[in-house]
Amino acid sequence: MSFINPTFRHPELPVNELGYTKKDYEGTISTLCAGCGHDSISGSIIRAVHELSIPPHQIAKLSGIGCSSKTPAYFLGNSHGFNAVHGRMPSVATGAAMANRDLIYLGVSGDGDTASIGMGQFTHAIRRNLNMVYIVMNNGCYGLTKGQDSATADEGSASKKGDPNPFSSIDLCATALNLGATFVSRSFSGDKEQLIPLIKAAISHRGFALVDVVSPCVTFNNNAASTKSYEFVREHAEATGTVDFVPMREEIKAHYEPGTSTEVTMHDGSVLHLRKLEEGFDPFDRASAMSAIARHREAGKVMTGLVYLDRTAPDLHEVLDTVHRPLNTLSESDLCPGNHVLENINASLR
Amino acid sequence: MNATDIKNPEYFHKVVDCQWACPAHTPVPEYIRLIAAGRYDDAYMVNWESNVFPGILGRTCDRPCEPACRRERVEDEPVAICRLKRVAADNKTDSEIDQRLPKVPRRKNGKKIALIGAGPASLTVARDLMPLGYEIDMYDEQLEGGGMMLSQIPAFRLPIEVLRQEVNYILDMGVVTTFNHYVDSLKGMLEQDYDAVFVGTGAPRGKDLPKLPGRQEAEANIHIGIDWLANVAFEHTASIGKRVLVLGGGNTAMDCCRTARRLGGEDVRVVVRSPFADMKASPWEKEDAMHEDIPIYDNHVPKEFVLEDGRLQGVVFEKVEAVYDEDGGRELVPTGEDLVFMPCDDVLMAIGQENSFPWIERDVGLAFGKWDMPVVDEVTFQSTNPRVFFGGDSAFGPENIITAVAHGHQAAISIDLYCSGKDVSQRPPPQANLLTQKMGVHEWSYDNRVEGDERYLVPQADKKRTLKDRKLEVELGFDVETAFYEAQRCLNCDVQTVFDTPKCIECDACVDICPTDCISFTANGEEQDLRQRLSAPAGNLAQDLYVSDQLPTRRVMVKDENVCLHCGLCAERCPTAAWDMQKFLYGVTKAGA
Ligand SMILES: Cc1cc2nc3c(=O)[nH]c(=O)nc-3n(C[C@H](O)[C@H](O)[C@H](O)COP(=O)(O)OP(=O)(O)OC[C@H]3O[C@@H](n4cnc5c(N)ncnc54)[C@H](O)[C@@H]3O)c2cc1C
Ligand SMILES: Cc1ncc(C[n+]2csc(CCOP(=O)(O)OP(=O)(O)O)c2C)c(N)n1
Ligand code: SF4
Ligand code: SF4
Ligand code: SF4
Ligand SMILES: [Mg+2]
Repeated sequence: MSFINPTFRHPELPVNELGYTKKDYEGTISTLCAGCGHDSISGSIIRAVHELSIPPHQIAKLSGIGCSSKTPAYFLGNSHGFNAVHGRMPSVATGAAMANRDLIYLGVSGDGDTASIGMGQFTHAIRRNLNMVYIVMNNGCYGLTKGQDSATADEGSASKKGDPNPFSSIDLCATALNLGATFVSRSFSGDKEQLIPLIKAAISHRGFALVDVVSPCVTFNNNAASTKSYEFVREHAEATGTVDFVPMREEIKAHYEPGTSTEVTMHDGSVLHLRKLEEGFDPFDRASAMSAIARHREAGKVMTGLVYLDRTAPDLHEVLDTVHRPLNTLSESDLCPGNHVLENINASLR
Repeated sequence: MNATDIKNPEYFHKVVDCQWACPAHTPVPEYIRLIAAGRYDDAYMVNWESNVFPGILGRTCDRPCEPACRRERVEDEPVAICRLKRVAADNKTDSEIDQRLPKVPRRKNGKKIALIGAGPASLTVARDLMPLGYEIDMYDEQLEGGGMMLSQIPAFRLPIEVLRQEVNYILDMGVVTTFNHYVDSLKGMLEQDYDAVFVGTGAPRGKDLPKLPGRQEAEANIHIGIDWLANVAFEHTASIGKRVLVLGGGNTAMDCCRTARRLGGEDVRVVVRSPFADMKASPWEKEDAMHEDIPIYDNHVPKEFVLEDGRLQGVVFEKVEAVYDEDGGRELVPTGEDLVFMPCDDVLMAIGQENSFPWIERDVGLAFGKWDMPVVDEVTFQSTNPRVFFGGDSAFGPENIITAVAHGHQAAISIDLYCSGKDVSQRPPPQANLLTQKMGVHEWSYDNRVEGDERYLVPQADKKRTLKDRKLEVELGFDVETAFYEAQRCLNCDVQTVFDTPKCIECDACVDICPTDCISFTANGEEQDLRQRLSAPAGNLAQDLYVSDQLPTRRVMVKDENVCLHCGLCAERCPTAAWDMQKFLYGVTKAGA
C-alpha cells in the first residue's frame, strides 16, 4: 500500500499562467476506497483550478464529515482548509466569507453531510446567496459509516447490503431551485468533460453555486439494485446540453454555428457556451428548470448539465452592504475612525 | 488501433528499456533488486547467465542500457546500471559462485569445435557449448585469454585479477587452449577434424594517416594507439615523451591519453577533428580524461608532421567547423583561420580500427563482400562456408564487449543447431514469463515506492596516486550502502502494468491516481490521432501505446508506456483488479535449450 505519491510527474505537463503545473494543485495521496467516485471529483477540481490559473492561496476549501468531506486533503494542498463538524460547513463558510471576501470558497460535502444533518445549514446558505461553490459528492449513502441509505437515495434503490429504500428522495437541485439558488448544476464523477467546465463556471459565478455530482460509492452502493452505481448513472444520465467554459483571459478558439450556442458572460468576464440545449428548456428561467428536473425524474433519467443560472441576483455581501475589503486588512483607523465620525452618526440620529 | 497483443513477448520486453537496449538482453531490474536485497551471488549469476563477464563489464561496458533508462525520461540521470553490476561482482562469495557454475559433462557429445581468438566472443561460445558436452580448442596469438580486454583495455580501468577470474571460469570448464599461436591459415583449420570453426579474431588493425607529410620520417615517434596500448600492457613499452598529442576522439584515444599521463606524459592533449559533442568516446570517459588534466581540442584536422633534424617537433592542424545538412549528414569545413602548430615529443594515433583477414584464404568457399569483409548472416552468424561462423568485432567491424558476447551466444546456438543437423535459421523462441506480484490487497512483492534520489557518484582513488601507477584502479566502486540507495532508484520497469479489459468498470481511478498521466480512456483511433488525444503529451514515438479491447462505453483504455513509473498505484486504486502488476522475466534462449 502506498502512502505517498511519487514525486515525478510527466515531464511535459502544461504550465498555467502562473507558471504552475497540475502538481502544484494536488494534495496528499487519497485514502478513500479504490475506485471511489469522490477521487475523480478531486481530480476534476485540481484540473479546473489549475486551468483557471488561480493562485492556490486564494482558495479556502471547507468541508464537513464523511468520505466526501475528507477529500480536501487530496487536492489543493497549498490552499487554506477547514474541516468542520458534520453538516456545519455552511456556517463556517458563512463566517469566513463574511470576514474575507477576497478568497474563493470551495465547500465540499456529501449527501449525508448536506441532505441529512446539514440540511438546515445548506438551505440558509442558499437563501442568503452566499458567494461560494458548494460541491456535493452524492453517492446516495453514508459511505464513511458503512453505507446506510441517505436522504438522496432514490425510492426503491437498494445498497449492497440493504433493502429497497422505502422513502422518497430529496433532489438537491430541485431543493436549491426552490430556495432561490442562483447557480444550479448536476454532473457525474465519471464525466470529466462535463464536470470540469461546470466547476469552472461555478467558481466564476458570484453567489451560491451548487454542483451536485453523482459519485458512486464502489464499496457500499455500486451494486445492480442501486440507482447511484457507475453502470446505472452511465445508462440513465441525460445532459441538458453541453457547457464550454472559456476563461476571461483566453481567446475563444472554437467556432459555433449561429443559433446553435447560447453565450453567457460571467461576472469575472469569462464566457460560457451552452450548446445543444434540450428543446423547450431554458436554464435562465427558474420554472423551466424546475419542470425539466421533474420531467427527467418521471422518465427515470438523471438530468445533468447546467440546470439554472441567474447572474443578476445580489450576493450576501451586496445585500448586507458590507465593507469592500477583507476584515484583516482594516486598520485601527478604519475600525475606530475617531470622534468626529461618531459625532456625525449621532447627529444623523437626532 | 488494434488491441495490443501482450502475448507477444517482445511487447513487454520493449517496456524494460535497459534490457531491450542491452545487446545480450540482461534482465537488469531483476539483478538490481537482488543487489538491493544484498543477494550478491544471485545478482552475479543473473548477470553471468546473460553477459558472461559481470566484473569486467561492471567496469568497462559501453552501457547502451543507460541512455535508454526510463529514469532519464522522468528525471535527469539514468540509474548507474553498469556500476551496480560491479557491486554484485565485488561482493560475491567466490566459493559459492564456483558451486553455481554449470557442470561440464564428462561424457562428451562427440563434436569438436575450433575457436580462433580468445576474446569475449570466443569465450562466450565456449561458455555456452562446454556444458553441452562439446570439445573445444581455442587458439590465440597472445599468452593468455581475454582478447582486447587483456591487451588494450588499460589495467587502471580493468585490473588483471578481475579479468583472469572471469576468463578462467570458462577456460576451467576444460577448454583446450593453444596460446602464443597465430593461426595463419583457415584452410589448415578446416582440414582438421573440427565440426565447426568460430572466428573471433576481432578488428586488430589500427588506422593510420600514411599520406600525411612527415609521417614516414617521424615513424620513431608516431605510434598506432592500439598497438602502443598492447605494448604497454605486455610491458614492452614503459615510457613516453613529456609532450604527447593523441589524435582521435574515441575510447581508444581516451585510453591512450590517460595511459600516456601514467608513463611520463606531462602535457598530454587530445586533438580531434569533430566537435566535442560528436566525439565517439563515452561522456564519462571524456570526463575522466579531463579530470586527469588532459585538454581536448576539437575541430582540429591534422595536416602535417613537422620535423627538424629528422626528429618530430610537432603537428600542424587546420581549424574546421561542422556543417550539418538536413539529413543529419556532417561536413567539416575549414574556417580559414591560421593553421595551428602544437609542439610534441610523441604522437599516438587513435583514429579507428579495421578488420584484416590475411590468414583467410579466398578459396575456402567463404565469400568476402564490401570493404573486404566476410559475408556473415546477421542472425545466424554463419558465413557462406556453412562450417565457419563469425562473431564479435570480426563479424561486422569494431563494437564492444557486450556486443561480442551477444554475438557469441547466437553463434553458439547456430553451431549447436548445425552440429545436430538442424536448420540454423530456425531460432529458438525467447523464454518469457509473467507473474503477478500481488501479495495482499495492496501489497506487492516488489518495492514499488519511487525514490527521488539523484544518481550517486562512484568514488575514485586519489589522482596523485593513480597517475603514478598505471595498474592502480581509478574507480573504487560503490560501497554496499551507496549501492542500495542507487539500486532503489530503479523503477522496476520489468514489473508490468497488465490490463484485463472485462474487469474494468471505467471508474477512472487509475487515470486520477497516475502520477505521470499515462492512462486515458478515449474513443479508439489511428495511432497518430490517438497520441493527440491522451491525458498528457505522447510525443515519444519510440515508446508504444498499450491499447485495450473495447469497453462497454465503446471507448478503449490507452496507456502511453513512455514515462510510466511502474509504481503500481493504478493497480492499487483499481477496485476490480483490472490492473495488475506482473513481473515479466525475459530470457534469450541459449544453445541447447
Ligand atoms: C583501446 C580500446 C579500449 C576499449 N575499451 C572498451 C571498453 O571499455 N568497453 C568495451 O565494451 N569495449 C572496449 N573496447 C572494444 C572491445 O575490446 C572489443 O570490441 C572486444 O574485445 C571485441 O571482442 P572479440 O572477441 O570480437 O575480439 P578481441 O577482443 O579483439 O579478441 C580477438 C583475439 O583474437 C586474437 N587473434 C586475432 N587474429 C588471430 C589469429 N589469426 N590467430 C590467433 N589469434 C588471433 C587476438 O590476439 C585477440 O586476442 C576497446 C577497444 C580498444 C581498442
Ligand atoms: C454529529 C455527527 N453525527 C454523526 C456522525 C457519523 N457520521 C459520520 S460520516 C456520516 C455520514 C456521511 O455521509 P456523506 O456525507 O454522504 O458522506 P460519504 O461518506 O457518503 O461521502 C455520519 C452519519 C458524525 N461524525 N457526527
Ligand atoms: S466507503 Fe464509499 S464513499 Fe467512502 S471511500 Fe469507500 S467507496 Fe468512497
Ligand atoms: S529504471 Fe531500472 S528497469 Fe527501468 S530502464 Fe532504468 S535500470 Fe532499467
Ligand atoms: S504504474 Fe500505473 S499509476 Fe504508476 S506510473 Fe505506471 S500507469 Fe501510472
Ligand atoms: Mg454519501
